[in-house]
Amino acid sequence: MKRFTTALVALTMVALGAIGQTLINGGGATFPYPMYSKWFNDYKAKKGVQINYQSKGSGFGVQQITAGTVDFGASDYALTDEQLKEFRDKRGMDVLEFPTVLGAAVPAYNIPGVTATLNFTPEALAGIYLGRITKWNDPELVKANAGVNLPNKDIVVVHRAEGSGTTFIWVDYLCKVNKEWETKVGRGGSVNWPVGLSSQGNEGVAGQILQTPNSLGYVELTYAIQNKMRYGNVKNAAGEFVQASLASVTAAAAVAAKNMPEDFRVSITNAPGKGVYPISSFTWLLVPEKISDPAKKKVITDFLTWMLKDGQTMTEALSFAQLPKEVVAKEVKAIAKIK
Amino acid sequence: MASSATTVQEIRPPGRISFVGRVLSGDNLAQTVAFICATLILVVTAALVFELWIHSAISREKFGFHFLFTSTWDPVAGNFGALPFVYGTVMTSALALLIAVPFGVGAAIFLAELAPPKLSDGMTFLIELLAAVPSVIIGLIGFLVLVPMLSVVVPAIKDLFGDHPPFFFSGPFYGVSIFSAGVVLSVMVAPFIISVSREVLLAVPKDLREAALALGATRWETTWQVVVPDARRGIMGSIFLALARALGETMAVTMVIGNTPKISASLLAPGNSMASVIASQFTEAVGNLYLSSLIEVGLVLFALTIVLNGAARLLILATGDKGASR
Repeated sequence: MKRFTTALVALTMVALGAIGQTLINGGGATFPYPMYSKWFNDYKAKKGVQINYQSKGSGFGVQQITAGTVDFGASDYALTDEQLKEFRDKRGMDVLEFPTVLGAAVPAYNIPGVTATLNFTPEALAGIYLGRITKWNDPELVKANAGVNLPNKDIVVVHRAEGSGTTFIWVDYLCKVNKEWETKVGRGGSVNWPVGLSSQGNEGVAGQILQTPNSLGYVELTYAIQNKMRYGNVKNAAGEFVQASLASVTAAAAVAAKNMPEDFRVSITNAPGKGVYPISSFTWLLVPEKISDPAKKKVITDFLTWMLKDGQTMTEALSFAQLPKEVVAKEVKAIAKIK
Repeated sequence: MASSATTVQEIRPPGRISFVGRVLSGDNLAQTVAFICATLILVVTAALVFELWIHSAISREKFGFHFLFTSTWDPVAGNFGALPFVYGTVMTSALALLIAVPFGVGAAIFLAELAPPKLSDGMTFLIELLAAVPSVIIGLIGFLVLVPMLSVVVPAIKDLFGDHPPFFFSGPFYGVSIFSAGVVLSVMVAPFIISVSREVLLAVPKDLREAALALGATRWETTWQVVVPDARRGIMGSIFLALARALGETMAVTMVIGNTPKISASLLAPGNSMASVIASQFTEAVGNLYLSSLIEVGLVLFALTIVLNGAARLLILATGDKGASR
């Protein structure tokens, strides 16, 4: 009996301890997950606060933060005006969006016998995804790739099956460079693809490309590097062919940093300037403007401050591009908006 | 008044107990618990339909019956139709049965009638193990092993037809396709057919076999003309169990079907199925109409399952009178 009482007391103390500790729940984008999980781990080691993150996709992040089932969401695309309105209607306040790191979507391909890094013009990419360019030796591709022996084979187009931030970045770019794409297909996390096969997740698309000869698809830069895939240069607004890299993605952000809007909702695809990789994007954390629980509010604001200072120094080791200084400074000020 | 009440109590035969007492007595209690259990299942099913119905309201109001007959799936423009998914589900399931039924029933006959008991038990154990493999594992094997294999085999088969392959085998083949999904599904459903059919065949009375053999029938004639017809209804039941599994399969199909909401006559073209589109798009569906449309796909899948199961019952009833005992 005495032992039982001791056990009961111990259990109660553990339970009370668990209640006393603030638990933060978040979820959303899969692409920045390696970075976030490193951040949450280090943050826990330093401050002893546990932050849970469900890596289920940008759409999930937007859905759940709007429904109020998570403390913060994460998305690879900024909320649309319509989504902001829905949030306001449901939660009676605004949502704040904080850029965390940068990513890029790259055209990855598998053509037997071709080892060169191919050059892609915006017209070629749009043409391939619209189904207008169907062969690898199409004049548009041959013109940009002098000296490469492109085969007379059908291009197998691969894209994502589910809604995804990577898809959004890709089609947002196509919308900006091609009127036909904008009117026929449009922008979104998932679209009505004119041609091609769909696979689940970045790893699914990567697997499909590696398995299918003469295929072309888009994947996150980190996945292309990890899977040792060939990925091409894309012609930017300044007319140069640039391959995605931490430097060229950061260059795209630096251009946007100069005229960053107050709400950080900015698309940096097809950004002007030299050395810019044109299919780049920020990824955001979504935080409600008002957090009623003071303990949670403290943790979230503290984490954001830490992420912008210490967190930014860890990005390159995981091949994520760092935020430009101007953006960081602006975000630090924006944290004060959380009430 | 009071006296009449006492009279009523007095006429009550001795030994009769109150309602509560009756309910608590063993038999009735068991009956009540069983009744509640049975009702709960119905309640859960009804609640499921209710939820699907309520949450698909936006989509049902906007598209009406056109939802079933249009083949656009455009999340950007907010235009949704379920036809390609219905087509994909029906085609992959039909293909799966087309492959799995002859193999499955054949294997069951071998295991029940022809194989030595020790071999039969060992093989049955392995087959039932196959049924327990998680579908995501089968999907992964399908994508990494089967699809590359089919990429070699299918073009070779196509070459046999020469320049003009039949319409269901025409067009380019990328590995992921309705055909691949059907093959993967057939591997998943065959264990159900084998395992259940074997049990049913084993349950056929020995007398029947002995009578047939005594009349001079060979072993094969006994099996094919006496045992199998007697077990017909059970075998059909196993096929419908397999069909139910094929209709609802999600992960394995998603990984090999190509996820393209298009209807093509060729089995070699990529497609998509209802369960697969729900699984792959649900967590990422942004906007009420998109979500609602996906839920309506779930409702359609539910309805299709009911229709097919109903048809199965009718088929069993129709074949039931012809002297079969199971």
